[in-house]
Amino acid sequence: MAGRDSGSKKTAYKPVSMSPKEYKAFAKSKEPPRSVLKNCLRAFLVGGFICLIGQGVQNFFMKVFDMTAKDAGNPTVAIMILLSVILTSMGVYDKIAQWAGAGSAVPVTGFANSMSSAAIEHRSEGLVLGVGSNMFKLAGSVIVFGVVAAFIVGIIYWVFGIGAWHDTSG
Amino acid sequence: MILQGRRTWVFPKPPVIIATGTVVGPDEGEGPLASEFDLVHPDLEIGQPSWEKSERVLLEQATDIALQNARLDKDKLDFFVGGDLMNQIISNTFAARTLGAPYLGMFGACSTSMESLAVASLIVSSGAGNYVMAGTCSHNCTVEKQYRYPTEYGSQKPPTAQYTVTGAGAAIVSRDGEGPVISAATIGRIMDLGIKDPFSMGAAMAPAAVDTIQGHLQDTGREPGYYDMIVTGDLASVGHPIAAELLQRNGVPMDQTDFKDCGLMIYDIQEQKVQAGGSGCACSAVVTYGHLLRRIRSGELKRVLIVATGALLSPLSYQQGESIPCIAHAVAIEASPNIEEQGGMGS
Repeated sequence: MAGRDSGSKKTAYKPVSMSPKEYKAFAKSKEPPRSVLKNCLRAFLVGGFICLIGQGVQNFFMKVFDMTAKDAGNPTVAIMILLSVILTSMGVYDKIAQWAGAGSAVPVTGFANSMSSAAIEHRSEGLVLGVGSNMFKLAGSVIVFGVVAAFIVGIIYWVFGIGAWHDTSG
Repeated sequence: MILQGRRTWVFPKPPVIIATGTVVGPDEGEGPLASEFDLVHPDLEIGQPSWEKSERVLLEQATDIALQNARLDKDKLDFFVGGDLMNQIISNTFAARTLGAPYLGMFGACSTSMESLAVASLIVSSGAGNYVMAGTCSHNCTVEKQYRYPTEYGSQKPPTAQYTVTGAGAAIVSRDGEGPVISAATIGRIMDLGIKDPFSMGAAMAPAAVDTIQGHLQDTGREPGYYDMIVTGDLASVGHPIAAELLQRNGVPMDQTDFKDCGLMIYDIQEQKVQAGGSGCACSAVVTYGHLLRRIRSGELKRVLIVATGALLSPLSYQQGESIPCIAHAVAIEASPNIEEQGGMGS
């Protein structure tokens, strides 16, 4: 601070001294704003569009193969997964996701993307150590916590006996 | 005595950068500096079966080009100093295997460009070597794979995230010869102001850049105006204004000079989808060795201080909730007094 304007060789500046809390708040104030509303709208549009395609595929199976809505469910999901894997392999899905956010992550296509992208990425490490052990790198936690959540919900149903109306066998 | 002040090396006989080699990928080839690189690849694969091999090839090509530009046989190279972002700095190690020169590997994340150039200069200046090469590289996909998610995974990046530069830069430093000279280098210290978000590295690294710039000015007694340009490595659109504001608050008269950032120079951040700007070891390396050195050779710039910034985090450390330790190394490059009036010597 002192002496820098006097032509003296000695210059001493204040050191950077901010507490982590102060600096975090300061840095946060310099970040570009993120529009939650815009992101929600995009997620709604893209997520809705993916579901619309899924509905179209399901209707196709029901019409052409004379399936019930329930029977058409599995082949519909298979088609959606296939489409997602193709788009992932072509390097398009991640670009859609940058625009769509949760819109492309939440549907089943996002799950397929997480598995196929990891499989492609780690192919260079071989089929066993690469593809096999890395495929669930991202999807693994979805499965783990999905099963745990289903287990807990199942127990709640069982304890309170509210699952009976699901039983269609009677 | 080469050491001046607390942590600055001032070289009595400044080592000369006799030649450089720069190689970049397709996104850098679409950026505003495209014409200043020696080789631009149209794709990210570069004919290799894995991203890691592609990155290695980038560095091998950059070192080859630098040797060709220096008209130097690789057996004449006394040492090769370099590093990259990969675990165990494999890209440099394998490139050094190809090169065959005695090798010092270093890790400074994205600050490796100037860290290796500073060490190369010290080796040459102290008489421990005649020809020393400094090199570094990064690849967008290897970094995504190692630090973030698989490259094709559909995750939305926040606007504070940065885009890793695909490329490699190498410079040959020598005791004698023609070219820009390295007058001084300031070694950074770790600065960590508690930023934990790996998608906000510009903000994490800004205090390190500020600390090193101030340290350099204090140690050398120079004012910012001594330099035509002071350039940070990869602070990008979030970190660079933060650094500028911190410097201003600390009373450093940065208005005397042109304060810029390689991460903002390499891409057109309005047009290209790179979020806040460029990052990666290659960012400051190719901008310095390609663009800035050309401007120094042509006489447009006389003195430039390059402050390469590095975020020294690992995927493990941030998953365990650690903050991001950061560093910045500064190297002062000046036009050679001999060739100042001669204009460009070609690259």
